[in-house]
Amino acid sequence: MSTFDSVVALLYLLAAIGFVVGLHLMNSPATAVRGNRISTVAMAIAVAVTLAVMANDYHVHPAGWAVLAAGTAIGGGGGLRVARRVKLTDIPQLVSLFNAVGGGAAALVAVNDFVRLSPHIPTRADVTTVLDVVIGVVTFTGSIVAAGKLQGLVSGAPVVWKGSRATNGVLGAAALGLAAYILSGSQNVAVLGALCAVLAVIGVLLVLPIGGADMPVVISLLNAFTGTAVAMAGFVIENSGLIIAGALVGASGTILTKLMADAMNRSVLAIIAGGFGTGEAAGPVGPGGASVQPIQADDAAIQLAYASKVVIVPGYGLAAAQAQHEVRALADLLEERGVEVSYAIHPVAGRMPGHMNVLLAEANVPYPQLKEMSDINPEFPLTDVALVIGANDVVNPAARRPGTPISGMPILDVDQARSVIVIKRSMSAGYSGIDNELYTDPKTHMLFADAKAGLADLASAVKALVGT
Amino acid sequence: MSASLLSDISIFVLSLLVGFEVISKVPATLHTPLMSAANSIHGIVFVGAMLAAATANDALGYALAFVTAVFASANLVGGYAVTDRMLQMFKAKRAPAAKDDRR
Repeated sequence: MSTFDSVVALLYLLAAIGFVVGLHLMNSPATAVRGNRISTVAMAIAVAVTLAVMANDYHVHPAGWAVLAAGTAIGGGGGLRVARRVKLTDIPQLVSLFNAVGGGAAALVAVNDFVRLSPHIPTRADVTTVLDVVIGVVTFTGSIVAAGKLQGLVSGAPVVWKGSRATNGVLGAAALGLAAYILSGSQNVAVLGALCAVLAVIGVLLVLPIGGADMPVVISLLNAFTGTAVAMAGFVIENSGLIIAGALVGASGTILTKLMADAMNRSVLAIIAGGFGTGEAAGPVGPGGASVQPIQADDAAIQLAYASKVVIVPGYGLAAAQAQHEVRALADLLEERGVEVSYAIHPVAGRMPGHMNVLLAEANVPYPQLKEMSDINPEFPLTDVALVIGANDVVNPAARRPGTPISGMPILDVDQARSVIVIKRSMSAGYSGIDNELYTDPKTHMLFADAKAGLADLASAVKALVGT
Repeated sequence: MSASLLSDISIFVLSLLVGFEVISKVPATLHTPLMSAANSIHGIVFVGAMLAAATANDALGYALAFVTAVFASANLVGGYAVTDRMLQMFKAKRAPAAKDDRR
């Protein structure tokens, strides 16, 4: 091994250490920023080393450099631009899109290798090439559908049709056959192309039947898939950097997926199988014919201003309306009057775990006021007013009964508060597609408004009340 | 089975084990940033894109290398940028909270 090769190998190792340490520091909010920095530096080292390898070991055609530079300028520039400009509420689908292109790139590495070497492909590339293509392509289209569901471009409801199972079976068999044909030694590029096409459809069909509420877990799972695909790509081109980083993400992503699924009290397998919120699982509906009680901002303001303890329950509606600053303003007003205000954060409120924390942090809500579900639930019976802002499934008491699509999901015990005010635009159902019994509870009042406008109205009503 | 394949498999398995251990008891707050961080780490596939560009020698090879480079660089650059943006929120939060305490 030449000195150059040894230095290259050691620097790849250094980068790998950086990824491990960086990921580990992401375990705690206090060190997370440093962790991401370390990971960024490690990535810069890996890329710089590879540039040196390109210059030293390969006779790269000028067209090769040009293609790489142009592709990087377009992809990197576009990625940076979108990452900087995206609204906070849209971050989950953006992560999914970045994951999609990562999986696509991993698959393309194997495709490229196969195409280049197709007349004389080395035996060891076969299995890993096929695995890379299978995982990468399925992740590519699956992640795009997941992003589409979160963005509302694809129906968030589970898409199931008659014969979908048979279709999946046929496609799966076709994919297996094509993969086996390649593994048996075929060097036909068209066969690989056909395999990619079949896999692309499978990726779409895998995610379509899964309800939007489960998308965070699905994205995390697809993220782990991409890691594995990248590791396979590392086998194909014999690059230890790709193998280490890919395996790291594949394994840690799997653990993270399990943590997320646990937070929703759902098993990963059940999620993949779909059925969350499917029609037949609609189950028993709450007290039939119960009516809701609307309330005006002025009356709601009186309840809030004369309460001694208010718990704010934010949900997707808050995020969608970008009302984090308004809720902070209202909380400040109430606190000036001596009302004790805290926020109940359901682990999967919004569209992604931690969504609410990020959002409220943007409005500088003091960290100690954010309470996790296990801490806040015992406090609801002592709460005068629970103010639910655009949250739905995470406060639906139906989850405590068996037989509903959200059965078993841990919820915030909002219904145990002395009174409940819900700010919501309409009576439409949440992601699970079922009615919310909390809304028809006799102690619940509905303030029908957009979260931003509703909170602003409440704040001015409270101000008028206290005469400031 | 060649020696290099065996060593690659060893690296792969050990990295998997490290990956399983490196994540533990993460607060739900950090689930999304952590997912995003892991997402940006598999942006290392950009190294694969670079090597694809290095070995390309015909039109199809260049086309594939180009698309791979676009995809991989979007994953890498965008992934780190969006993770950093999320984490800035956590940092921004602590400073004003401390200010509140002083008041």
